[in-house]
Amino acid sequence: MKREENKPRLRELGELFWTFARVGALTFGGGYAMLPILQREVVERKGWAADEELTDYYAIGQCTPGVIAVNTATFIGRKQAGVAGAAAATLGVVFPSLVIITAIAALLSGFAEVPAVKHAFSGIRVCVCVLILNAVVKLWKKTVVDLPTLLIFLAVLVLSVCTKLSPVIFVLCAAALGIAVKALEGRRGV
Amino acid sequence: MILLRLYWEFFKTGLFAIGGGMATVPFLQEMGARTGWFTGQMLADMIAVSESTPGPIGVNMATYVGWTTAGLPGGVLATLGLITPSFLVILLVARVLAAFQSNKTLDRAFYGMRPASTGLIAAAGVAVLRIVMLDEAAFAETGAVSALLNWRALALFAVIWVLTNLVPKVKTWHPVVFIALSAAAGIAVGGI
Repeated sequence: MKREENKPRLRELGELFWTFARVGALTFGGGYAMLPILQREVVERKGWAADEELTDYYAIGQCTPGVIAVNTATFIGRKQAGVAGAAAATLGVVFPSLVIITAIAALLSGFAEVPAVKHAFSGIRVCVCVLILNAVVKLWKKTVVDLPTLLIFLAVLVLSVCTKLSPVIFVLCAAALGIAVKALEGRRGV
Repeated sequence: MILLRLYWEFFKTGLFAIGGGMATVPFLQEMGARTGWFTGQMLADMIAVSESTPGPIGVNMATYVGWTTAGLPGGVLATLGLITPSFLVILLVARVLAAFQSNKTLDRAFYGMRPASTGLIAAAGVAVLRIVMLDEAAFAETGAVSALLNWRALALFAVIWVLTNLVPKVKTWHPVVFIALSAAAGIAVGGI
């Protein structure tokens, strides 16, 4: 934490920005897909973190709000160059998305009415359904681990299909339930 | 002020979407329905583009939704809104890392929030399925179940599901391959 030089140099911030911009540009899908790229760019090339630290950051990213890629960038940037470093790394990791998606969105909006594009997207939407289903199955295996978590899953699924309640409410109630269930189990000595 | 609203809406999404990837989808669905900024069908298209381009899916989605709603400044503000909560939370957590890692109450809260996040994504999937697989307008008109179901979509769904789950080697391919295949199928049959 206590740095010898008080002001992180501009060059250092630039390096953080561009390294994480590379990570963002080389990752498809974020999350775990990013781990091997981070290992190569951040651990092996730059030596900014050890493998174990990356794993810790991932674990924390799993249980803090937001995008895991962004969480990890913030962690490493802060460690290297304080709050300014955290900002540089975080902006770096989202920079490629901003450029690429803006270009594609602009391009697609010009072609949206072309029949071939319309037909292509009618097929793609079906594929998206399968991708979501696969993602749910994968998450299910990791997050629905016992009866209380099964009940939470079912309750949230049914209530959010049938009502217009905000997802925020479900997340907050589930947090409260998680605390309550575990506290009860602890008291019963399960 | 649409830019401020975009920032705020995505700030909320970034704060409450737990676990990354598809976790932002239910929040975006609710956002689209409430604000009228984009339809469910547009959201499905945005998911496809976000999955087929580099970058974290959540970030791509924010840029895309923001761009669709208010052009380039919208894309930038939505993206910044999404990442602000992560940024602030991690700066805090980094200071108290040890205490955070062994905090029982947080552990218990996440034990409850994780299955809720899965449930939310499943519900979002149901909503997308309804849009893609069912022709509710035709059903209301004719009352025939055969008119309700989009048979071409069901067939393609079955094929992609088998490819991504059952076929060895093929199932480890990147999603972008299946997205491209589905696009080709859509063009080949002149719309699904």
